[in-house]
Amino acid sequence: MFDLASTSIAAAGAPSSAAALLVYSASSLAHLGPLDIAVIAIYFAMVIWIGFYLKSKANTSEEFFMAGREMTAWIAGLSFVSANLGSLELMGWAGSSYQYGILAAHWYWVGAIPAMLFLGMVMMPFYYVCKTHSVPGYLKLRYGQGSSTVAAVSFAFMTVLMSGVNMFAMAEVMKIVLGWDLNFSIIVSSLAVAAYVALGGLRSAIFNEVLQFVLIWGGALLVPILGLVETGGWSGFKARLAHNIATGATTPGDYTHMWRSMGHFSDNPMGIHWTGILFGLGFAISFGYWTTDFLVVQRVLAANSLRSARMAPVIGSFFKMAVPFIVILPGLLGLVVLTNPDGSLMHLVGENVVAANPGAGLHSYNEVLPLMMVRYLGPGLLGLGITALIAGFMSGMAGNVSAFTAIFTYDIYQPHIVKRARDEHYVLVGRIVTIVGVVISIFAAYAVMNAQGIMDYVQALFSFFISPLLGVVLLGMFWKRATKAGGFWGLLLGTLTSIALWAWVKFDPSALRYVALSPDAKDMAENMYRALWSVSTSVGVNVIVSLFTKPRPIEELAGVVYGATPLPKEEPVPFYNNEWFWTAIAIVVFLALNIYFW
Amino acid sequence: MHSSGISIWFFIGVLLTAYGALIFGYGLYELSSGTMAVANYHASVWWGALLLAAGLFYGLRFRPRRGE
Repeated sequence: MFDLASTSIAAAGAPSSAAALLVYSASSLAHLGPLDIAVIAIYFAMVIWIGFYLKSKANTSEEFFMAGREMTAWIAGLSFVSANLGSLELMGWAGSSYQYGILAAHWYWVGAIPAMLFLGMVMMPFYYVCKTHSVPGYLKLRYGQGSSTVAAVSFAFMTVLMSGVNMFAMAEVMKIVLGWDLNFSIIVSSLAVAAYVALGGLRSAIFNEVLQFVLIWGGALLVPILGLVETGGWSGFKARLAHNIATGATTPGDYTHMWRSMGHFSDNPMGIHWTGILFGLGFAISFGYWTTDFLVVQRVLAANSLRSARMAPVIGSFFKMAVPFIVILPGLLGLVVLTNPDGSLMHLVGENVVAANPGAGLHSYNEVLPLMMVRYLGPGLLGLGITALIAGFMSGMAGNVSAFTAIFTYDIYQPHIVKRARDEHYVLVGRIVTIVGVVISIFAAYAVMNAQGIMDYVQALFSFFISPLLGVVLLGMFWKRATKAGGFWGLLLGTLTSIALWAWVKFDPSALRYVALSPDAKDMAENMYRALWSVSTSVGVNVIVSLFTKPRPIEELAGVVYGATPLPKEEPVPFYNNEWFWTAIAIVVFLALNIYFW
Repeated sequence: MHSSGISIWFFIGVLLTAYGALIFGYGLYELSSGTMAVANYHASVWWGALLLAAGLFYGLRFRPRRGE
């Protein structure tokens, strides 16, 4: 929840607030044995080995910043989805599913899949054909240097800050789960990330993201499998849950359906209406994040061909659809299998309750995933599960740092500081900026440690920019008439709208009834409707201003706008290698999942 | 990825092989000594074996060859 996705996806707001996970500490949940320590040590050795090995593969700027554009569709696709698979995401959403049921899966399905497929099938050709190295780079080609610089500076600033937040979050979780010292976690993780990103660049970050992806599945998949075995499968779980609700052991609620309680804000515990989920989360937030956030788009831009670049998000979408199996399902299973030492059903509570009752032995919702790991994973396997969490944190940091390095060097340093230099110069700058980025992250981590309220503001800041940027990019890509002034004012007023609505609700919580259009709306609805108003403002202002200003000649728009760009013809391939075929399959699976859990 | 030397899948194969060997080995020891936790369902044995098999497959299938 507060990892990189603290961009907009996280800002969509998981109910068990990210910051809340960090405001208390308790005795450690798990104790590692020598075998577990060995598993963790092997991971660190592997990471450093990869970094040193890839150093020789990062000699040119194209290699260092874009991984040589050599990634296969599978590597780019796994890295693409892995960049959003941070450990606190996993823990936070598992906690949400314990608290609210399967509603939390909306963030993995409608909140991701349509946007990922749209990126691959519709937007990727433009990003790829214009050979841009970044999203601000695309804005420069389409709208000019001004909007590009604004986007680059805000993204670079926020990204490196988020890296620090991620670093601190990891240290806190390691303290809660394992009792590790905060400084130890921060120093070890930052040294490892600095080493492998500075040495191998984006390729190293991507390799480690794929490694993390495998570790997360290898370390966490066992938990729902063993949970389902214990409960007698999905139907057995539902029967036990129904029994618990009937006997008053579990809070009443519809934990296993996604849409049927969305008819009104007051019908579901999240306080959300289906319009907010479909248009706010499913469009304004998820399209903003998955199609314009450079952190994820950078992975796809590193693909070795247009077909691979289009296929990567499609491959990623299948894995994204499967993530609830290792995140949502363990949270749900925790409702019926977690027990206290005396054998009674364990009841997890909010962080405020835990904090108010120190020493009572209570656990928070966000601890459900570690608790399930401790329940099912023996020596070695527990080490693997913990390694998966560490890998998630570290690759999140590495993703932020590598994106920061590329944006700073290409979109700030090159156009504004040293315009023409030898390629080696920019690679050296990239390596130095990587180290600087990690150092800033460490400062940010300690700043957050001393004032944890900062974290909420950092997450909110990210959400201010993503949705209006979506409006600007979409109009720029699909409307030839959009002008430089239209893009600038659309971005500016869309962002100001988002900030104003956020501040309004922050200082007057009752204003939520106006922002979310219902007095029954709860906190989570605010992000969705705010994003919707923000992107609407961005598009509306862009259209109006563009109609009153002079457009660029169409010949200047070749390569960046639909209708002015001849797309390269792709070689025919068998249907099982065709991206449209797999997109169709992904849509069918997506619809089937939503209907099954309706 | 082959064009750039060692494949990422080789690294993954090495890692999974090491993890699989450790966890599978411990699972066998646990099985023989009868210290298995009830909720564990001998997971160390079969999950460790799965990791080991996957690791060996990827490690061998994507091992660096001469000239790469």
